[in-house]
Amino acid sequence: MSDEQGSGAAAGTVASQWAELDASGRPREEPGAPPRRAYRAGDESSDEDRERFDELFEQETSEGDQELAPVAETDPTELLIEMGAVLRVPEDQAVDPTLDPDLDASSFGDGETMIINLGPQHPSTHGVLRVMLELEGETVLRSKPVIGYLHTGMEKTAEELTYVQGATNVTRMDYLSPLNNEICWCLAVEKLLDVEMPPRATWIRMLMSELNRISSHVMWAATNGMDLASTTMMIFGFREREMVLSFFEKTTGLRMNHNYIRPGGVAADLPDGWEDDVSVIVDTIGVRLDEYDELLTGQPIFRERTEGVGVIGPELALAMSATGPILRAAGVAWDLRRAMPYLAYDELEFDVIVGTVGDTFDRYAVRLNEIRESIRIVRQILEKMPSGDYRVQDKKITPPPRARIDESMEALIHHFKLYTRGFEPPVGEVYSAIESPRGELGCYLVSDGSNKPYRMHWRGPSFVNLQSVPALLRGSLLADTVAILSSVDPVLGEVDR
Amino acid sequence: MTDVLAAPGDPPPSADPGGAPSGSLVGEIDALAGVPVAYFRGDEILFPPRERYGQVVVALKGAGFAMCSDLCAVDYLASMERPLPEGVAPERFEVVVNLLSLERRRRVRLRVQVPEADATLPTLFRCYPGTENMEREVYDLFGIRFSDHPDLTRILMPQDWEGHPLRKDYGTGRVPVQFKEAPGPR
Repeated sequence: MSDEQGSGAAAGTVASQWAELDASGRPREEPGAPPRRAYRAGDESSDEDRERFDELFEQETSEGDQELAPVAETDPTELLIEMGAVLRVPEDQAVDPTLDPDLDASSFGDGETMIINLGPQHPSTHGVLRVMLELEGETVLRSKPVIGYLHTGMEKTAEELTYVQGATNVTRMDYLSPLNNEICWCLAVEKLLDVEMPPRATWIRMLMSELNRISSHVMWAATNGMDLASTTMMIFGFREREMVLSFFEKTTGLRMNHNYIRPGGVAADLPDGWEDDVSVIVDTIGVRLDEYDELLTGQPIFRERTEGVGVIGPELALAMSATGPILRAAGVAWDLRRAMPYLAYDELEFDVIVGTVGDTFDRYAVRLNEIRESIRIVRQILEKMPSGDYRVQDKKITPPPRARIDESMEALIHHFKLYTRGFEPPVGEVYSAIESPRGELGCYLVSDGSNKPYRMHWRGPSFVNLQSVPALLRGSLLADTVAILSSVDPVLGEVDR
Repeated sequence: MTDVLAAPGDPPPSADPGGAPSGSLVGEIDALAGVPVAYFRGDEILFPPRERYGQVVVALKGAGFAMCSDLCAVDYLASMERPLPEGVAPERFEVVVNLLSLERRRRVRLRVQVPEADATLPTLFRCYPGTENMEREVYDLFGIRFSDHPDLTRILMPQDWEGHPLRKDYGTGRVPVQFKEAPGPR
């Protein structure tokens, strides 16, 4: 293993604070030191039992330093930062009035707190998210998300795939909005290549992106309903999502992981009669949104459980790099479709939905009304869809039509070269960003002039938004934790990649 | 590749399609004087030396770049001859920071050279708390350390994992397939 050579050589020169770390970056353990796991006062079991349990527990679930340590074992400076605003906000940033000013060191010190795990198998964590919570009674004092259970090294995989194959990789990250992932990837590749899309390709992409936003948001409404014990909402949401997925299947051949949007355009033109299909979808969902309003928006129980719960202000949201509905619910009108238009969003009319308080209810309302705006956009696309090519006619980037292969040797060669070797963009690096249903979705691509990306970095909105969870959870009740987690809408496939 | 090597002070080749104001930040913000700059596909890329990294970020934050939208790293082990503007010595690692200004509606990208022998960088946590997860990810996958980071632990890989997987000298595992050679060393 040559991977530690950097840190090994660095040991002499790095700041002294790293001196206590061993080669793999873990704190050195004194021989014979007690294991790093706390037991609460009043624990009755014998030392032997405790040790055996310790061993078992450590082996099975421990993530070591990644976990939330008990107060007594947390480094004082780290604790100070955590007290500043639960977790990870510098003290000078922690002047947010929504945070509890009474919380001081004594709140942690009396030993009456308890650390519990929520997840990774809890159904309301939307995947394999594990949140460690320190509770005092039913109040959450500190919390920390522990992630990585779904990490499969997709950024490393991307370095082994050609640019043409890359879309199949990224589409599997955020599995609730695969088409948005593909758009982000393709915009980055096309920015590297410096090619311009034919208008129809751009508009097809916008249509698919908005339909995907609708399906993602109704899916969120469904799971959010389930988390708040409204199973009717769950059935409703899945029913509506199914309509959109059926259209995706008709167009792309697959319900998820489409690989429909590819560098240079889209894989195929829209099917005959797509206007009717899309009209039915948006008309039906438009009416059903009013049913959602009846079921949830005006319902006292739902409002009780969401209003004033998990509040985040605009300054803190910006500082935490939160984007998407979290940022907009906090009152910042920031939508990349409007602020830095990509595709042809500058030719469409829509409103950016903004909340006022930044609580769970606002995030619900923002998403619900974003579905309405997406429907508005889709209706405009239905009217304005241009005709023409659905991909660039550059044989080095997109394959020739199937029929041409039978009659033209040149077309066959192009087809063969494209699918075996792909194309080679010039040396350079680009960052492309789009507004996915969850926030800013970014792709940083580095090309060294070969047919595979030298490096691909995925800026997943879920991964970044997850940082605001500790700030949202602070001071809330354990019962509200589920509602707050759900309102952040993390997709763990994208968090862990 | 002429775009990448544009001399400092040259106007950007093309304006942002969103109608965002173009024009070099280096000329506009005094604290950025002397920072090498390049333009590629309409993006402005700054190459602050490691010693000025913190100062440049603070200056940009003061100039309205309120959000750090992304922070990642690249291991250039296999591509040390990449084009860089004059005055920037290539190192093995680069930390890439994407800052976003909501008022100006524009982005700026920072590429900081980090030598392999001393792979450390000051943390941006004090300036942008939202970089906490991102810096942990870079530490986990590249082994670049961020001094004064409040909780520099692995985030995606298990705690007892050896090595940093996104480094270029970290081999990928292979599944043995019949009639193919045995998998190479990891």
